[in-house]
Amino acid sequence: METLDTLILSRIQFAANISFHILFPTITIALGWVLFFFRVRFAQTQDDKWMAAYRFWVKVFALSFAMGVVSGITMSFQFGTNWPGFMETVGNIAGPLLAYEVMTAFFLEAVFIGIMLFGFSRVPGWLHMLATFLVAFGTTMSAFWIIVLNSWMHTPQGFEMIDGVAHATSWVEIIFNPSMPYRFAHMMLASFLTVGFLVAGVSAFRWLIGDRSREVRAMLKTGVAIGALLIPVQIFMGDLHGLNTKEYQPAKVAAMEGLWETQEGAPLVLFGIPDEEARENRHAIEIPGLASFILTHEWDGELTGLNDFVAEDGTALHPPVAPVFWSFRVMVGTGVAMLLLSWAAVWFMWRRRDRHEGQIAGHWFAVEGLPKPILYALVPMAFSGWVATLAGWYTTEIGRQPWLVQGVMTTEMAVAEVPAPMVLGTLVTYLAIYAALLLAYIGVIAYLARKAARGDDGRAIDMSHSGKAQVAALSPAE
Amino acid sequence: MLPDFANPADWLPWTFASLMGLSILIYVVLDGFDLGVGILFPLAEPAEQDRMIGSIGPFWDANETWLVLAVGLLLVAFPQAHGMILSTLYLPVFVMLVGLILRGVAFEFRAKAHARHKQLWNRLFFTGSLMTALAQGFMLGLYIMGLEQTLATYAFATLTAVFLAVGYSFIGATWLVHKTEGALQWKSVRWGRESLWGVILGIGAVSLATPLVSTRIFDKWLAAPQVFYLSPLPILSGLAIVWLWRMLRAMPFAEDRRSWLPFAVSTGLFALAYIGMAYSFYPYVVPEQLTIYEAAAAPESLLIILIGAVFVIPTILGYSILAYTIFRGKATELRYD
Repeated sequence: METLDTLILSRIQFAANISFHILFPTITIALGWVLFFFRVRFAQTQDDKWMAAYRFWVKVFALSFAMGVVSGITMSFQFGTNWPGFMETVGNIAGPLLAYEVMTAFFLEAVFIGIMLFGFSRVPGWLHMLATFLVAFGTTMSAFWIIVLNSWMHTPQGFEMIDGVAHATSWVEIIFNPSMPYRFAHMMLASFLTVGFLVAGVSAFRWLIGDRSREVRAMLKTGVAIGALLIPVQIFMGDLHGLNTKEYQPAKVAAMEGLWETQEGAPLVLFGIPDEEARENRHAIEIPGLASFILTHEWDGELTGLNDFVAEDGTALHPPVAPVFWSFRVMVGTGVAMLLLSWAAVWFMWRRRDRHEGQIAGHWFAVEGLPKPILYALVPMAFSGWVATLAGWYTTEIGRQPWLVQGVMTTEMAVAEVPAPMVLGTLVTYLAIYAALLLAYIGVIAYLARKAARGDDGRAIDMSHSGKAQVAALSPAE
Repeated sequence: MLPDFANPADWLPWTFASLMGLSILIYVVLDGFDLGVGILFPLAEPAEQDRMIGSIGPFWDANETWLVLAVGLLLVAFPQAHGMILSTLYLPVFVMLVGLILRGVAFEFRAKAHARHKQLWNRLFFTGSLMTALAQGFMLGLYIMGLEQTLATYAFATLTAVFLAVGYSFIGATWLVHKTEGALQWKSVRWGRESLWGVILGIGAVSLATPLVSTRIFDKWLAAPQVFYLSPLPILSGLAIVWLWRMLRAMPFAEDRRSWLPFAVSTGLFALAYIGMAYSFYPYVVPEQLTIYEAAAAPESLLIILIGAVFVIPTILGYSILAYTIFRGKATELRYD
């Protein structure tokens, strides 16, 4: 019982830490590129609305980056404090991947973010632009290496076990493991969607409190455009990822679908309460054949059910069904809401494009065209990307259980024998700190948005000197 | 001390131990000064505090990354040692992590949150810096005591915790001497003088305790002929301390000459103390329990990391120097424009 308690508490602690952590890289990965876009548009047009957008979002970037760094350091230590078995067993694979993440990504980001944030008036324009590019590139590299490792844990290959320890046989096979391309694309798109809706939501908030500045229009359109363009791509990519999972981790797909019996023409369970005792879904609402159609692209295709993953003594060899089933539905539901809202926003902005206040000819879209309900809906959707991303990660990570590395080692094998009360103590403290920081983070974004909407964020811009600004005062000291 | 370079199972662990040692040293100096600035923070006036933040703002992120590299190298090169050390140090590691979280985010929040919350974030910035330094000092003490957990070792670790926090304040003060001017520079010189005792006692305590805990280390230092080869370490350290003391009594010099010197000499002093420690513990990574050769990951995995490191680490050093060059000179308030 002692080990079980420590195991569950350690798992909750790791889940809490990594859930908190992933929120911020999800923002910085794509926001880096969006900032680079703003920066390039400014260099091209010398239009200071792009620089204003850059300056607003670079603050959010700095804040998110700091949150990501400190929670990431926590992760790297928890491997040792709580999960020593992981590195002892698969360290020869995970080690180099993590080392390459630190060497090719962390330092790049950490060094150039200083120049990106505080170097605008100290370095030539091209170097500032290069720094912005390198920070964005660094965050993407970081995502790449960690997704490689995570994907390898789902679909391991290119190794052999010698005396219970994994040894690499082919780095190409390890890096390009079967689920890596799908997971990486899915996560990059998730990041861009998160940022698209964040930018659109915060800009809608500024618009609703009376900010009619040109940068708010540019930002709102950029955010909505990212959302509307990428959500169909993401749905398509999610489908491909699902097919890949069906091939390599059929038990996970069965849990996602809430499918107990192997069958042809399996129904799509829209709603239901999975009951692992009775091994059925209670109060299920189903669409016949649709799950088979989605996953096999044939109405009577065969899908493997959960009951095929039970040992002879009755122990389940599949993941816990309800959390996987529900988080999958939350992810898909959020995705559908993103699709409806972003397309509605584009349609309204296009249909009433003549409403543009500035009377500038040639505008395809007008923010004035957006009805109030759409604007109000965009504000809470600012964080919809977080919900979908977390739900997606819960689906895939809980869906891998009881394995830590699919087919190689179970989660239980990796846990440290730290006394349960000690883990409970640290867990509660982490939770309290993370809750407070999350509130502070959202509060500060709202505060920065209000301040920018009032126009008192210290802007008195003279962009005359070749990209170098002479600015009144905009210091973190303000 | 040198490995057999014909045998990968011998020179790879040695190389990785050296790389890890180097990144810990770089971390201790670089994050040492910015943690120290955080510890000195409440002693300054609000306007000076913004200047102090300005002196570390562009660097702290990269400084902390050396810790990630160090713990990363421990993790990837010596996975077994990583697990043993970190699960033994569960609580101090936790305190350090909470400290790093608080100070890292307070850094950003104090500048961006509503003015009425600034004081709160200032306090958290100080608290986080202090917690981090104390926790690292505590871990250093326990490590020297061979990771034994008794009342006596805890008492020793508490002492090293205080000494390291004061030592970080010292190197932080020498950094500020270089990066500030006027009244704040005068204060920094005084802080440097007043915290030098932490460095002296810290180095003294570690130097005395290490050979007493293990006869192996005792013999390593005090048997002939090593004692002669090693004598430059304590002698140079003593000279550095005297030099620092004399400088800090006379500074700032006219026209701000040699304002960089105290920080440079402190870095040298930290490096000397560190080399001494590394000599004591080699070849053990977990004191008296696990050597780097026993704990090392498979040679083929280490080799693939090393190939990358050979290209990447010089690049990292290069662009870190670029960043320090861009932000050279006296610190100003940080501006995003």
